[in-house]
Amino acid sequence: MFALLSRPTHAAWLTLAFAVSLAVAICHPANATSPAAVVASVQVVQIKNFAFVPAIVTVAPGTTVTWTNVDEDPHSVVANDKGFRSRALDTQDRYSFTFTKAGDYAYFCSLHPHMTGKIIVKPR
Amino acid sequence: MDERTSDRIDRRGMLQCMGWAGTGALYMMSGGIASSVTLDAALAATRPGARLAPVGSFSFLQISDSHVGFDKPANPDARATLREAVAKAKLLPVKPSFILHTGDISHLSKDAEFADADAIISEAGIPVFHVPGEHDMLDEGGGKAYLARYGKDTLGAGWYSFDHDGVHFVALVNVANLQPGGMGHLGDEQLTWLAKDLAGRSASTPIVVFAHIPLWTVYADWGWGTDDSTQALSLLRRFGSVTILNGHIHQIIQKVEGNISFHSARSTAYPQPAPGAAASPGPLRVATESLHGMLGIRTATVVPGREPIALIDAALG
Repeated sequence: MFALLSRPTHAAWLTLAFAVSLAVAICHPANATSPAAVVASVQVVQIKNFAFVPAIVTVAPGTTVTWTNVDEDPHSVVANDKGFRSRALDTQDRYSFTFTKAGDYAYFCSLHPHMTGKIIVKPR
Repeated sequence: MDERTSDRIDRRGMLQCMGWAGTGALYMMSGGIASSVTLDAALAATRPGARLAPVGSFSFLQISDSHVGFDKPANPDARATLREAVAKAKLLPVKPSFILHTGDISHLSKDAEFADADAIISEAGIPVFHVPGEHDMLDEGGGKAYLARYGKDTLGAGWYSFDHDGVHFVALVNVANLQPGGMGHLGDEQLTWLAKDLAGRSASTPIVVFAHIPLWTVYADWGWGTDDSTQALSLLRRFGSVTILNGHIHQIIQKVEGNISFHSARSTAYPQPAPGAAASPGPLRVATESLHGMLGIRTATVVPGREPIALIDAALG
């Protein structure tokens, strides 16, 4: 698993995310036996009005989730178990993480911890 | 306010301008109980014929949420409004003994933001005591940059205490290691230290506690409170006069609970909505001409005896 932190153009980002997801799906040993995961996909979560929208998302293994902060206040995306962690995201900053293994990934904003969300990763 | 504008204004104009920014509050310790007035009122009270502070008293200043680096529409230049706040503080006829900065010095914990904030605040020419806000914990080290700059003689994430003219000041940190789903957090290590710090002190010692996030629950839905503040407050209840100062919510809200009074200060950068009054607690955009009236500083005057600490909240314009 790996994370990307960048502020590319939207189109460039989607291309990159797709390439990364595909690479992960193809190369990661955990995915070798899971044909569903070979289909690379992306999921977008907005950080808006001090909330993750949508707060709960279900995705297939290999999906790259990209969070975009559209608030005027900075936020962060931090796994409760610290398995992934963004830096502080200012307005329009993005953070991406590719989820390769099935499981529930609860996360929160380390600046405003009442902001919580969850990524559920399971084969379709 | 840009340079050109400030060149044009006179003292009266400057005062009006500062009123809008509302960035400071003056606390007067009087007999150990703090009460506040706006800085404008404090300045007014010292005009010819007004009663002067009694001999033996001292005052200090609270500045909060300067958010140096913030440049969004709610206030495109947070440095300028901080400068106005400091300029307003310099107009006080009696120089405060020191400044308490109740956090969010910077907007994104960048070295340049801290450095600029320090340069601007140092213009006041008096010592400054800090506590961090959550915006000061955003470096890679999660607060190491703050501690490198302000953490000398502090413990843990930056807590400490000191005494001044018989008043015991306690600086608490409730923005470190925040927990999922929670609010502000002090943590067991800091609470244990607080118990030791207060133990053995006479119940008649006036106490001033300052922290970034409110130590009472102003509005849980927006995280405006501190999860384990009850434990801290239980240690403070035996004292006859406890004044708790905070920032974080960018507006003046006060509450009294027995001998404990809570005072939330304005920001020098931008206002935030009243609890629940908007979809989120994000920066509140107001008309340019209204902004200075919603920013400010606070002064406190302490007078030996049985009177409360007098707090004065002053808008920037």
